[in-house]
Amino acid sequence: MGNEKQVDSGRRGLLVATCAAGGVVGLSATGAFVSTFQPSERAKAAGAPVEVDISSLKPGDMTTAEWRGKPVWILKRTPEMMASLNATQSEVADPDSTKPYTMPLPDYCEKQSRSRKEHQDVLIAVGICSHLGCSPSKKFTPGAQPSLPDNWAGGFLCPCHGSTFDLSGRVFKNKPAPQNLDVPRHMYLSDTKIVIGKDEKGEA
Amino acid sequence: MAFVEKKLPADAPALDKALNWVDARFPLTKLWNDQWGQYYAPKNFNFWYIFGSLAMLVLVIQIVTGIFLVMHYKPDAAMAFSSVEYIMREVPWGWLVRYMHSTGASAFFIIIYLHMARALMYGSYRKPRELVWLFGFAIFLCLMAEAFFGYLLPWGQMSYWGAQVIVNLFGAIPFIGPDLSLWIRGDYVVSDATLNRFFSFHVIAIPLVLLGLVAAHLIALHEVGSNNPDGIEIKENLDANGHPVDGVPSHPYYTFHDIFGVTVFLVLFTAVVFFAPEMGGYFLESNNFIPADSLKTPLHIAPTWYFTPFYSILRATTSDFLYIVQAGIAAYVCLVYLKSSLPALIKMAFAAAGLVMIVGMMPFGLDAKFWGVVLFGSSVMILAGMPWLDQSPVKSIRYRPDWHKIVFIIFGIAFVTLGYLGVEPPSPVRNVISQVCAVIYFAFFLLMPWWSATGTFKPVPKRVTFKPH
Repeated sequence: MGNEKQVDSGRRGLLVATCAAGGVVGLSATGAFVSTFQPSERAKAAGAPVEVDISSLKPGDMTTAEWRGKPVWILKRTPEMMASLNATQSEVADPDSTKPYTMPLPDYCEKQSRSRKEHQDVLIAVGICSHLGCSPSKKFTPGAQPSLPDNWAGGFLCPCHGSTFDLSGRVFKNKPAPQNLDVPRHMYLSDTKIVIGKDEKGEA
Repeated sequence: MAFVEKKLPADAPALDKALNWVDARFPLTKLWNDQWGQYYAPKNFNFWYIFGSLAMLVLVIQIVTGIFLVMHYKPDAAMAFSSVEYIMREVPWGWLVRYMHSTGASAFFIIIYLHMARALMYGSYRKPRELVWLFGFAIFLCLMAEAFFGYLLPWGQMSYWGAQVIVNLFGAIPFIGPDLSLWIRGDYVVSDATLNRFFSFHVIAIPLVLLGLVAAHLIALHEVGSNNPDGIEIKENLDANGHPVDGVPSHPYYTFHDIFGVTVFLVLFTAVVFFAPEMGGYFLESNNFIPADSLKTPLHIAPTWYFTPFYSILRATTSDFLYIVQAGIAAYVCLVYLKSSLPALIKMAFAAAGLVMIVGMMPFGLDAKFWGVVLFGSSVMILAGMPWLDQSPVKSIRYRPDWHKIVFIIFGIAFVTLGYLGVEPPSPVRNVISQVCAVIYFAFFLLMPWWSATGTFKPVPKRVTFKPH
């Protein structure tokens, strides 16, 4: 050890400064690469609101619109379907949607029907299961059937891991899905024309 | 040191002169001898020792077929599905190249699982081969990533929704999860951006890492030497030339042994490629012949067979099952405290980690979805701990107590059952069976430090068991 040369502190300082500067450049470059993974401007722009005409939708019918690449269900519920929500009220995990999945229930929506007061029969929900993102299938016929309980009142069943939802998109208790289906912000342009992803307060 | 080139006689063959010229500038002969030509491998290798070479062969098949597939495939959400069909129907012999690639993927996993089973049986991960095992484990992770990224590329319904489910697994992580999923996808749903980046990972990033790891795996293996079915260190018994008495040079002995194995493998491989490329929906799933539709999930989605043991563990984790996991963790911490000789600090770390997990699994804590992802990840990562979990005084199963064989068989049955249940749709009974198997799976590894050291071990011979033929 004795014959080691004295460290030139000036040069050592310069070396540390050079490494630090190089490190900053390297880190910034990494940051740029990491950022390229984010949604591009075009992908963000594709999230614009969509208009749907529901004039041909009969009670008991459901249509699917595409918003931000996801299926949005528009279900016109019959009076019997609306009545089933009273029966499921005590069987769903979160009847008042206090734990939202990706977006809170808009405050103009009622807790049980999860729809706007002036069009209470029309459910508008994002058809993506809060478990792992599959799209549940419609099971509107009441009664016992495979994969469903005997007192089934109509609703949705996710094919991937068996989560069930009522006709308001509220998840039943003890299912893999932790939250209710999302209800996107929406508004009525007329009685038969809906815009999804936008309401009186602006775009979602 | 001055540059020295060996002088060959003027009448030496031209090839010798050329090799001599290269050897003075690049260690070609030395590399060949170190890695294969003069690499002394135990002479008592049995059939289980073919899978390393076969894995290498399948890697080459995948790379070569992959190169030709990329020449016709289009990584574009609008064109991907039809470009695969174009390869299948219109590119001359395109169907063969694609079926070789898709069959190669499944063959790769069959071979790797058998290769790992061999290591488990003969203790090939034990000192001094810990790094050989860890490099191999990293190769296994790369293969899983490669298979997952590659599976999106045909852009069928199964590709699409499989990717959707797996990317959403990351969404279960508290706080950063949803943003992380968004970042991985590059869009609000699996889309063109996702397809393009998965393509980049599948054809460039992961293969580069994989090749580096394969090189590291082989260099480490040839440094410490191969294990054998008797678990004896052949390097401890050298002859006058410094070669192991129980070893033979890989070339020509294992060159021809492996060529025979390769021939048998290729008979089976081509039989599948030509007669059963879909393998009843296990190698290529039928739903994947429908183009991806972001608005409709297929009625039954299951991952390809090689992921299903781990996927079953994910699915088995329901909120009720968490109580059993909590009890298991509590019991395990007690076991570590009472029955291990670890330093007090490590014991405390175990207790703290156990406590955090038990609290986190309470109904008010994180939901079952998150813990499912944790158990899913742990079931893969726990394999890396093998060199330290196994405390048996002998390496090979041959000299362990007979009941150890039963433990291995029960573990094997649990693993295969998990794999089977993973391709089946969920049901309450199947769920209970997969929970039992998940407990067996974790118990096998976590209790190994104790059970592997218990029992009456048989004496290990000085020389390998070998009958000349």
